[in-house]
Amino acid sequence: MTATQMNLNHVVKRFGKQTVLQGVDLTVQAGEIVGLIGPSGAGKSTVIKTALGMEVADGGQATVLETQMPNRALLGRIGYMAQEDALYSTLSGRENLTFFGRMKNVGKAALPAAIAHVAAVVELTADLDKRVAGYSGGMKRRLSLAIALLGDPELLILDEPTVGIDPALRRKIWRELGAVRDAGRGVLITTHVMDEAELVDRVALLLDGKLMAFDAPAKLERQYGVATIEDVFLKAEGVAL
Amino acid sequence: MIHAWFIARRVIAELLRDKRTLALMFVAPVLIMFLMKLIFTANSTTSVTVATVGLPSNIRTALNDVKHVAVVKKGSEQAAQSALKAQKVDAYIEKTGRDRYRVTYANTDATKTALVKQGFGAAMTAAGVKTLRQTVTKMGKTITVMSTTIKKLTAAQAAAAKAAAQASGGTAANGTAASGAASGSGTAAGAATGGSSAAGDTAASSDATSGTATTVAGSAGTAAAKAAAGKTAAVKVTNRYRYGNKDTGFFDKIVPILMGFFVFFFVFLISGMALLKERTTGTLDRLLATPVRRGEIVAGYMLSYGVLAIIQTVIIVLTTVGFMNVEITGSLFAVMVINFLLALVALAFGILMSTFAQSEFQMMQFIPIIVIPQVFFSGIVPLDSLATWVKDISYVLPLTYAGHAMTQIIMYGKGLGGLGLDIAVLLLFLVVLSALNVRGMRRYRKV
Repeated sequence: MTATQMNLNHVVKRFGKQTVLQGVDLTVQAGEIVGLIGPSGAGKSTVIKTALGMEVADGGQATVLETQMPNRALLGRIGYMAQEDALYSTLSGRENLTFFGRMKNVGKAALPAAIAHVAAVVELTADLDKRVAGYSGGMKRRLSLAIALLGDPELLILDEPTVGIDPALRRKIWRELGAVRDAGRGVLITTHVMDEAELVDRVALLLDGKLMAFDAPAKLERQYGVATIEDVFLKAEGVAL
Repeated sequence: MIHAWFIARRVIAELLRDKRTLALMFVAPVLIMFLMKLIFTANSTTSVTVATVGLPSNIRTALNDVKHVAVVKKGSEQAAQSALKAQKVDAYIEKTGRDRYRVTYANTDATKTALVKQGFGAAMTAAGVKTLRQTVTKMGKTITVMSTTIKKLTAAQAAAAKAAAQASGGTAANGTAASGAASGSGTAAGAATGGSSAAGDTAASSDATSGTATTVAGSAGTAAAKAAAGKTAAVKVTNRYRYGNKDTGFFDKIVPILMGFFVFFFVFLISGMALLKERTTGTLDRLLATPVRRGEIVAGYMLSYGVLAIIQTVIIVLTTVGFMNVEITGSLFAVMVINFLLALVALAFGILMSTFAQSEFQMMQFIPIIVIPQVFFSGIVPLDSLATWVKDISYVLPLTYAGHAMTQIIMYGKGLGGLGLDIAVLLLFLVVLSALNVRGMRRYRKV
């Protein structure tokens, strides 16, 4: 827990007249998983887009790996997995991995080994040469995660990686995220699933573009005097328990 | 720019898997061209049937002799009218008076109406020429008679004038010899001289006239001889064609433009759809979450679709030249260059338009708005006779320049060097549209 992989410093983002982020402070350290939870429309995706440099903050600062975003070259050191699968369905799994590997500047010599590694991690080795169109939903998610893992990114940003997948696979993905953390990299993950929020090192509660709470799950539960993160969430939202 | 190369390879790999789209790009143009060839070749043999009421037999025969025109004789206007109504004839002609004719057309097919008009005009001329020939022969004879008469007359006149001049000249000489103060006789002498010279002039001009008359008579004689000989030995005319051969028709004229059109249409549509799909499936976002430059994405698409356009052009050229007997006068390389350039413009256009579409169906909606108007203004229909403002529309459409350049290369054998303006305008389109695309992608990523 030394280096700060990502640092949002009082980030403000407006779309037209609507202020989506109202001064968000969020950090991801090396070797930790930060969960970002909040209802739909709270601004989770905007936080991710600002961190990736797809959007520019209207106020405050977004820094990733000590570089101010947006920065194109730095994107090679970030692994990103979107909510949708975003795969080329007419190509095989290997072709998808090869293409994105090249885009992420993974060297030609290093690419086959890198692909073999990430495929093994998500257990897709046997299906790599099948076309994505024939993949099941879970396989697509795993391939999508494999692409995000390509090139050993120092920071992983995952937008709802476990939406619509079965519990066994969810377990598997979380195990992999744990491994990434243990390798000393940072992970930022958004989720709707509250019991997943228990698994992260620190959880950030985003509500109406404001960060309501940001701490370890156990600490938050104690602070709010409730048993689960779900209750913390509801209490923060002002719902009577 | 190494990313552009990999993007191009991926786009082509995707297309190769999509057999139907490939077939659309490569087989559809050939099929459409083949059908067009059939249609436009068949179209030239329209024939009409014309009913006649009280038409002189020489005109009727002449009309029947006109190609693709058949004549039916009807006894009354009513009979002709009912034949027209029953769609048995395409028009009827009646004689309403001396040198007065009335033609009634069904006019359901402009080509047929034009053919009847043209045929009747030709028949009238043919009948007129026959009458004229007879008149000319008669006139030739008359002129010969007249010119001999004139000769005789002139000779007589000249003789008379000579006699008069001699007479007055004698008087003048006499006058001068008698007295210099006799002004009255001096004037008379002057008048006499004038008179004599006038007579001489008349003689000369009458000579000239008779000469001309002889020539006319001579040529009339030749014409008559020719007319007589016309039935036995026809005049020999050799036709030479700078482009194509005697079968060259409308289809050949539109082939160069069609080639460009197919390249434009398919590249515009398929590339636009492809980028739209990248956007809606999220792969564009994912792509932009890597260090790839926005320009490299556009360049990668250009590279891949440029290659496809070249393959498409080769196929179209091979089939049109090989099976449809279209001649390409200029260099094939020049054709490729123009089509490649047009493909890039179409691609940039397609990508730009795809940003305004939310779905593939909305992309299809650009066909009647962007693609079809280009066909009308690209030179398939000659624009020379149209209003200036209509012509001005064509100047903002890229297909106009590509169509012009292709026509110049294929039909006139021009090289790329002589098409600087067309190439420059296409390049300008390309640069502006590409810049807009690279700029437009900022909406998805700010760097």
